[in-house]
Amino acid sequence: MPAELRNVIYFVAAAMFIFGIKGLTHPRTAVRGNMLGAGGMLLAIVVTLIDKEILGWQWIILGLVLGSSIGGYLGVKIQMTAMPQLVALFNGFGGAASALVGGAVMHELISKGESITTQGAVAIAATGLIGAVTFSGSIVAFAKLQELISGKPITHLGLKAANTALTLLGLGLAVMVVMNPQAAWAYWLLVVVMLGLGVLLVLPIGGADMPVVITLLNSYSGLAACATGFVLNNIVLIIAGSLVGASGLILTRIMCVAMNRSLTNVLFGVMAEVGDAPSADEIYAGKVKATTPDEVAMLFDGARRVLIVPGYGMAVAQAQHAVRDLAGLLESRGIDVEFGIHPVAGRMPGHMNVLLAEADVPYDQLKEMDEVNSTMEQVDVVMVIGANDVVNPVARTDPSSPIAGMPIVDVDKARTVVVVKRSLSPGFAGIPNPLFAADNCLMMFGDGKKMVLELVGALKAG
Amino acid sequence: MSDSVLLLTIFGLAMIVGFEIITKVPPTLHTPLMSGANAISGITIIGALVAAGHEQTWLTVVLGVCAIAFATINVVGGFLVTHRMLAMFRKKG
Repeated sequence: MPAELRNVIYFVAAAMFIFGIKGLTHPRTAVRGNMLGAGGMLLAIVVTLIDKEILGWQWIILGLVLGSSIGGYLGVKIQMTAMPQLVALFNGFGGAASALVGGAVMHELISKGESITTQGAVAIAATGLIGAVTFSGSIVAFAKLQELISGKPITHLGLKAANTALTLLGLGLAVMVVMNPQAAWAYWLLVVVMLGLGVLLVLPIGGADMPVVITLLNSYSGLAACATGFVLNNIVLIIAGSLVGASGLILTRIMCVAMNRSLTNVLFGVMAEVGDAPSADEIYAGKVKATTPDEVAMLFDGARRVLIVPGYGMAVAQAQHAVRDLAGLLESRGIDVEFGIHPVAGRMPGHMNVLLAEADVPYDQLKEMDEVNSTMEQVDVVMVIGANDVVNPVARTDPSSPIAGMPIVDVDKARTVVVVKRSLSPGFAGIPNPLFAADNCLMMFGDGKKMVLELVGALKAG
Repeated sequence: MSDSVLLLTIFGLAMIVGFEIITKVPPTLHTPLMSGANAISGITIIGALVAAGHEQTWLTVVLGVCAIAFATINVVGGFLVTHRMLAMFRKKG
């Protein structure tokens, strides 16, 4: 195949990726967009197989069969609640593949006795740096999300020094690879150092900050593929990799804005200490009103507008189907039901939306935070299910609070708020929530799924 | 224009196109966007195919096969799970 033809086909594949992602700008066109992306990938793979002088078909088939069976199994079997873990794992595999390709190319060129250009050497070093840190960081993120290791934030003074040391060491080795591209050992040492750095970078980060970590690693996995493109002088890798890199960076920014924290603060910072803020006892004492499903069912009798605000607790309790039943029942009584979704609710961007879509809630019923906030005063009943910090009015009122300035769903402005929660325990930010003690707030203590089901039962009986 | 500059230009333009399109993806589709992006980042499989297929040394074959396996998991798993998710999004009524 002439090089021109090959490059034209690579260009077509790259264009298919771009239009594929463009399809994701609307749920109606998204399925087609994803298929277009898959088609682009198939095209790029087939052209590569036809074009390059492939000798070892058996090896290629081995790799493809292995990968397809594992990928196919995960893709078909995975539970929707486990999506954050899966995406974390896939980020890591992308990084690992890129780092391995970087090393393989280096060894191939060395063994052929060909010289490695400066561009090639810089790109190889970049592939190792980004790929390795993406792999180990993602594995740790996966382990945290899968709860194989604690999701609690870890702070240790020595970590910062260790991170700095590893970063400098990694960069030093990268320079060595560029100066002397024959030194394969320097590349692999670089990979080992960056694997260590990835672990240390993600280990200290707490569960609720995972959306930022996953989006950032998503971006890295794209940039690693992009660096591989510079190693191979291949435009389709560069284009596809930068699309993914851009996507991850945008999502990372959205997540940071939604928490009113800078990226550095999420990655290296500790949440501000709780100052002399009132303690939980002072806020809650005598003011918290507990309620029952029967009472809440009566509350809905006079309601015209209901807003449901889900949080990570809904995912943990697997309550999405029960919530859908509740919403359907209320709608059948002529009540206007909407969902208000905070951008960082859950463990990854769009986590709540996918769970509710799985439970068959139509996507046009899922509203963004700003949209529901503008009409909050007209909402008769808000049901908060498994959310805490993202509905804490302290973010608006107390500038010394660790979550000060974070945009929240202003549920406290609705006529009545019902909070479904196991107990009064604080959320990730570790601070009490004055919402629970507000005059218009009722607490329905218990497991999210169980309480919502009981509520559905009470509504049907009433 | 040297090759490196050309490639950097393509990189820059692709980032710009990426930013322009992806800012228009609604929050409701952010999870499928991430898993779909994962699948696309599996494009590194092209490098892996070449590395394994050339059979230069046993080491490059081993590295290449591992890379193919990792990248294929991304490609196959990523597109499949994204499809599954997107198929669930439906309009009211």
